[in-house]
Amino acid sequence: MSKWYEKAGDYSDVVISTRIRLARNILKYPFPCKMNSAMKREVIEDIKAALSKPEFKSYNFSCLGGADANIIQLKSLVERHLVSPDFVNPDKFKAVFLSKNNDISIMVNEEDHIRLQAMKEGLALEDTYSAADEIDSKLDESLTFAFNEQLGYLTQCPTNLGTGMRASIMLHLPALKKCGMIEKISSSLIKLGLTMRGIYGEGTEPKGDIYQISNQVTLGISEKIALKNLNDITLQIITQERNCRKELAKNVQVVDNISRSVGVLKTAKVLNNDEFMKLISKVRLGLSIGVIKGISYDVINEITVKLQPFMLMQAAKEELTPIKLDQKRAKLMNEEFRKVEVL
Amino acid sequence: MLCQSCGKNQANTHIKRVINGELTEYMLCEKCAAKLGYSNIFENFGFGFSFDNLLGSFFANNEPQLMPTSNKRCDFCGSSFEDISNTGKVGCAKCYDAFFDQLMPSIKRIHGNTKHAGKFGSKTGGKKNTLKSKIQALDEKMKVAISEQNFEEAARIRDELKKLREKEGLGNE
Repeated sequence: MSKWYEKAGDYSDVVISTRIRLARNILKYPFPCKMNSAMKREVIEDIKAALSKPEFKSYNFSCLGGADANIIQLKSLVERHLVSPDFVNPDKFKAVFLSKNNDISIMVNEEDHIRLQAMKEGLALEDTYSAADEIDSKLDESLTFAFNEQLGYLTQCPTNLGTGMRASIMLHLPALKKCGMIEKISSSLIKLGLTMRGIYGEGTEPKGDIYQISNQVTLGISEKIALKNLNDITLQIITQERNCRKELAKNVQVVDNISRSVGVLKTAKVLNNDEFMKLISKVRLGLSIGVIKGISYDVINEITVKLQPFMLMQAAKEELTPIKLDQKRAKLMNEEFRKVEVL
Repeated sequence: MLCQSCGKNQANTHIKRVINGELTEYMLCEKCAAKLGYSNIFENFGFGFSFDNLLGSFFANNEPQLMPTSNKRCDFCGSSFEDISNTGKVGCAKCYDAFFDQLMPSIKRIHGNTKHAGKFGSKTGGKKNTLKSKIQALDEKMKVAISEQNFEEAARIRDELKKLREKEGLGNE
């Protein structure tokens, strides 16, 4: 079965993926900032035991644990958005449980004992939430999470109190970027209790015109309403982006730019990641305004993830020098773009 | 307070050490702290910018303190309110009970709300508060109906809610 990043979902011209993350802590332990190594190890073991129960069998979880996880493997998880960039700092007492489909990841001993994350392609807030919710309820049965009627799920950082839920949507917004609308949207989102960030989350630069929007407030608002708000706003942004794209399609310079990008991807011999992200963004735009054919959104989604540095090294099963990486990336793109045509 | 090491100079450095889970605290002067190897911690002081510190300042109550800072510590994890406010990190679930009154103003500032409105934990009150969760679910439904301008449905839910709330009131007495 293909993984979420190899598929295209609803609104795939603009939306790449949907992610739900739940912060949970086990009642009987203090939060990670007050835990010693022995406790951290116990937390990992408790979760391992819970996940080995029959009700979790279908997920086929595997554990990438502290000492035996190699850095290439961990960094490739960041590139697949399965763990947060902070999680990668080498630490024997952190672990991540990953479902076979790569759609569920459970980070252990990060900022909270548990960061449960579900991902799906396209815009699918409700489905993604149900996937996370189901595992959350099952885990709560065996682990007993810290919860308080007034404050909801208790978390190490009070910014996550209440539902402990962060829902994010990854969007490709080349037209709004080109029209200089991003700052404006970003500042109006804040007023609505939402935030806009770069591709890999907090504090990261946007690459390839990919942005994430997510909910900010977690206390005093139910999951359902928070998801509905986010969904409504996302739909508005999608409409704006599409309108903007229609305008851009009339601009011969934009079309020329897309056409040239395809040329580079077909023929380049060395391609670094930043250049690749810029070019693939143009291709995605070109596909949506009908300038190119011979490629689909699911293929674009897949290569955007698979051509990241650590994913390439993971596939090659060895560490690669930057120039080797760039050559490998160019070669793969040449092959992928052989049949792509500019109309 | 005078330095606990030399006993001469004014102490201006607070050192906390946790070894094998045991907390020891010292108040030292600058010179003794440097001698004991604690000086380098402060090298980047004032330049380093961390989100945690930013959040920590969120907790520091801006209102003038009427009471002297208490030495109260959480009996489960040993955190003091000062620890929480310095790091921006709460030590454990019990801290939220122990420092409830002190934490509340900041929580309100962060979220604008102080009452959970989402999912209930399966063991923690989920089952025993079926009436409460029913009310919550309906309340939610009403908000959705209003946002969709389905006022007829909203009015129907409002009446149902009123009945349930009366029932809840009776139960509490």
